[in-house]
Formats: sequence, C-alpha cells, structure tokens
Amino acid sequence: MNDLLRRYGKGLTWTFIGLTFFWLIILVVLPDFKLLESSFRPYLPVKEIGGPKDVYTFNNYLQIFGNQVDFNFFGLHFPLAARIKVFVLTIFYSGVVTLITFIMAYPLSFYLAKVVSPKSLPTLFLLLFVPLWVSEVLRSFAWYIILTLKGPLNVFLMTIGVISEEIRWIDGYSPVVVTLVYAYVLFMLFPLYNAMQSLDSNQIEAADDLGAPWWRIHWRVILPHCKPGIASGAVMVFMLSAGSLLVPAIINSTTGNWFTQTIQGIMLEGQDWNAGAAFAFMLLLFCTIAVSVAMRVFRVSLSDIAK
Amino acid sequence: MQINRKFLGHLYMVLFLVYLLVPLAVMSGAAFNASKLPTVIPWKGFTDQWFIALYNDTRIWVAVRNTVLVAIAVVIIAVPVGAAGAILVNSISGRVRAILYGMMVAPILVPGVVIGISTLLFWHQFSVGSGLHLSVLGQVSYIASFVMLLVLARLQSFDQGLEEAALDLGASHGQVMRRILLPHLYPALGAGAAISFFQSIENFNVTLFTRGGADTLTVYVFSKVRSGITPTINALALLLIMVTLVLAVIYEINRRRKARIEAAREAEGRRAEDAELIAS
Repeated sequence: MNDLLRRYGKGLTWTFIGLTFFWLIILVVLPDFKLLESSFRPYLPVKEIGGPKDVYTFNNYLQIFGNQVDFNFFGLHFPLAARIKVFVLTIFYSGVVTLITFIMAYPLSFYLAKVVSPKSLPTLFLLLFVPLWVSEVLRSFAWYIILTLKGPLNVFLMTIGVISEEIRWIDGYSPVVVTLVYAYVLFMLFPLYNAMQSLDSNQIEAADDLGAPWWRIHWRVILPHCKPGIASGAVMVFMLSAGSLLVPAIINSTTGNWFTQTIQGIMLEGQDWNAGAAFAFMLLLFCTIAVSVAMRVFRVSLSDIAK
Repeated sequence: MQINRKFLGHLYMVLFLVYLLVPLAVMSGAAFNASKLPTVIPWKGFTDQWFIALYNDTRIWVAVRNTVLVAIAVVIIAVPVGAAGAILVNSISGRVRAILYGMMVAPILVPGVVIGISTLLFWHQFSVGSGLHLSVLGQVSYIASFVMLLVLARLQSFDQGLEEAALDLGASHGQVMRRILLPHLYPALGAGAAISFFQSIENFNVTLFTRGGADTLTVYVFSKVRSGITPTINALALLLIMVTLVLAVIYEINRRRKARIEAAREAEGRRAEDAELIAS
C-alpha cells in the first residue's frame, strides 16, 4: 500500500482504489446482497410495496417444493417437487457433460502436448479455435438443425440403413448434453493441455523404460501431474453447463428442462422478480459449494482454477 | 507399435476437427437451401434469397449495432477497472491479498443468470430501468476479472527497479505510470481489450435479464429460433464464420512470415558465430 503511494503518488493510488471499489463493491458485492434481500420479499402489486404486507418471508424459497411429480432415477420411482427434480437433473447432467468432455479432451491434449511435432502446433490450435470464435448461440443452433426430426442426422442414418424410421432426438436431456459437450469441450482441452505440456517427457520415458504398461503410465504419472488442469477444466465446464441458459433454450427440449430455464420463466414470463431472486440465489449458493468442494477434492487453490 | 499409436493420435485429431467443423458446415450449407426451414436435407435448390432477406432485416442490423456498442462500452470500462484491480492486488500481500484476489476471480465462476438478475434488482431500487446500460455494467462485473488475470500475469515480469530509477531521476508519478508501467502492460491490456470485446459479444445470460426491450445479436438469434426460424440466421452464421476464417487465415499467414524471419535471423546469427570462430 505504502509502496503504491510512493511509486504512483496520491492521485493515482486513489484512482486505483476507486476503480477497484467501483468494480467489487458496486458491481459485484452490493448487487448480490440486493439479490439476497429481494429473495425474502413477497411479490406484491406496486401499490402495496412498502405497505403492511411487505414483510420478509421464506415463501419464495418454499416455492421450490410445490407441484409434486414422479421422479424416475435409474428405475427408482419416488415423488419429488417438479423444480427440485429439474435442479437435481441439471446438476447430474452437468456432471455428465463434464465427464464426457474430459474423456474426449484427455487423449487429444496428450496428443497435442507429447506426440505431435511442435511445428504444427500453432496451426492445429488455430483450427481448434475457429469453432470457439463462432458464437455459442450459432453453435447451439447448428446442433438444433442437425437433430431435428427431418434433419440431416436422421436422413443420414436412414440412408445407410442403421434406422428404419426417424428418431425423435430432441427429447429428454440427451440433446442438451450433446450440445453442451460440443459447446464447452474446448474449455476442458486447453487447461488439460497446459498441465500436460509442463510434464517432463523424461518422466514418461523413465516409466516406460522401467516396464510400466501404457495405461499405468497414464494412471500413475500423467494423470497425477495434470490434476490442477483437470480441476480447472472440470470446474469451468461444470459451471458453464449448470449456468447455461442459451443451449437448453435453443435446443428447447420440452422434457429436458434446465434449472436456468426455470429461473428465466419465473423472472421474465412470470415477472415475479423476488421468487426469481430466490431461485438465482439457490443456484449461486450451489455453485459456491460445488467450487469449494472441487477445490478440496483436487487440493487446488482458486488461482490454479483461474489459470 | 509406436508408429501405430502415433497414427491413432493423428486419426483422433482429424476426427476431432471434423466433429468440431461439421456442424458449422451443415449450418452454413442450410443458408443456400431454398427450403423455408433451415436444413440441408431435403435440398430444394440453390438460392441466395436468405442473404437478401438478411440484408433487408432491419432488426438484425440494429441488433448488430447494439452488440458492437455494448462491447465497446464494456472494453472502455473493464480494461481500466481490471488493470487497476491487478495493480492493487499486486502491491499488497498476506490475507488481504488472498481475499481481494478471491473476490476478483469469483465473478468468472458465478452463473450469468445470477449476475443478470442481481444487477437488474440492484439498479432497479435506484429507479434505473433495464436497458443495455445495465447489460454493460453486468458484463463488466465478470469481464473485468479476465483483464485482471491477464494484467496480473504481466506484472509478474515487471521490474520495479525501473520505477525506482525513474523516481530517483526526478520523474513525476504520472510520468512513471505513463512512460514505464503502461508501456510494459500494453500487451496485456491489448489482450484484455480483445477478450473483453469477444466475451461481451458472446454474452447472453446477463444481457437477457438486463436488456429491457433492446436486442443484441445473441438475444435476437435466440428469439428468432424460438419464434419461427427462417434460414436468414444461417446466412448470418455463414457471414460470421467467413469473417472468423478470414481473420484466422490472416493471423496464420502473419505468424508464418514472422517465424520465417525469426528462423532466418537465427541462421544468420549462427553463421556469424561460425565466422568468428574461424577468424579467431
């Protein structure tokens, strides 16, 4: 602090502090407090706001328990509130997306870091970046086109004779998962590649010379080394998936609702901002817990993830 | 065995690229299909009508303009804010630093839906209505984090002795900032501006809740997809992909040229060294 004053003087130091204050307090902290505060207020007509009925209540949070439906989890049937079901399924399928992206990205990052000649790396990365630069909304739209009932996928499969009639792909959660994987697989690839690239190839060769089979080299040498990269990629992909509104909304599978769509419905269609705040806060709370758990499990710090 | 595995690697790389690019190709192809629905099959003949429809769609061009304006505003605010945060975090240590750093990084991991709703509610209590100005503020709150990380990384390679020297030689604080710190940070600030611009254009979640009635490109495409789609969106997608490709090709050519020059310089250096050795 004193160091700052000495180097940049009073004016500039206060400018730095002022800008940071504006960012962290006005743009981040206070809005989140307001979110929490609003979530306890009832939804009232404009006239009654501030009146006797305007008292703090848990009703907004209790809304999540309404409307019991049947929940079928791998053959186990039990009744569950519709919104809790959506919440649970959103988290579950975000985990599935994270796992699939990891399985897809791991061999490729190994290939990029250890197999391919460094000369062709920049070109390969450019090719990988091109889809990333194309807007997410358009990438989701592309999958919507592919998966529609009369779309290219069904026609292709019918032409080669794998299926005899059109399959309804846009049904349930699988189209959402497929599109999320496509949208976010690169967010898994780059941190993994970074971690793998920092591994000394001699370690792999040493393990190889000592007679370790290839799968054990991966399990005992490469995977442990990549832990920070895995943590970073997994947290990124999981958060992006669980928080994604665009992908599930574009795919628009009526039987595959995402929790963010529930929030959007309450906020924009129901215009109940207080209940929306309560649901948004639940999502925020869950994300905070999820990130902390991931940090504990992988024993990494926030700065590792941010890399 | 070794060669076999290498071949598998190449094959996987190619398949992965195909996987990434085929959906984009399908989407682009549909832009030329005369069918009223955006699809490549059945092929009803080649047409350019969707590009003409796109050109005549005024709402889309308003959305494009809005997107660019929001992105510029985000860059103007997020870059100084993020840089100031990085300089501040870099100058302190201990617990306060850890807390401040955590607060600065956390917005990246907060779902956009939460940022959008909290921004909307916060400004609403001061009677600031929704609109693109709120979208800008909401986007800055997490985009500044990216700038902060880039600038902080760059600050690690900064030699503070230079500032000390300048101060000893009588430079003012403003001069130290302008002539020594900022020039060192330019690459990070440039990268930060580029990322901010890109992130802002991509943003959907924050914008959807804060935009009021205004459209940005992502929101417009989204509403189009929900309310009866025409292949105009595909025409737009093709144009955007072309822009991306052209930029990528320019970048690649530029990089190769630089690499060639670098290689030539190195070769010359080696020749000079050899000549010196011989001469001695």
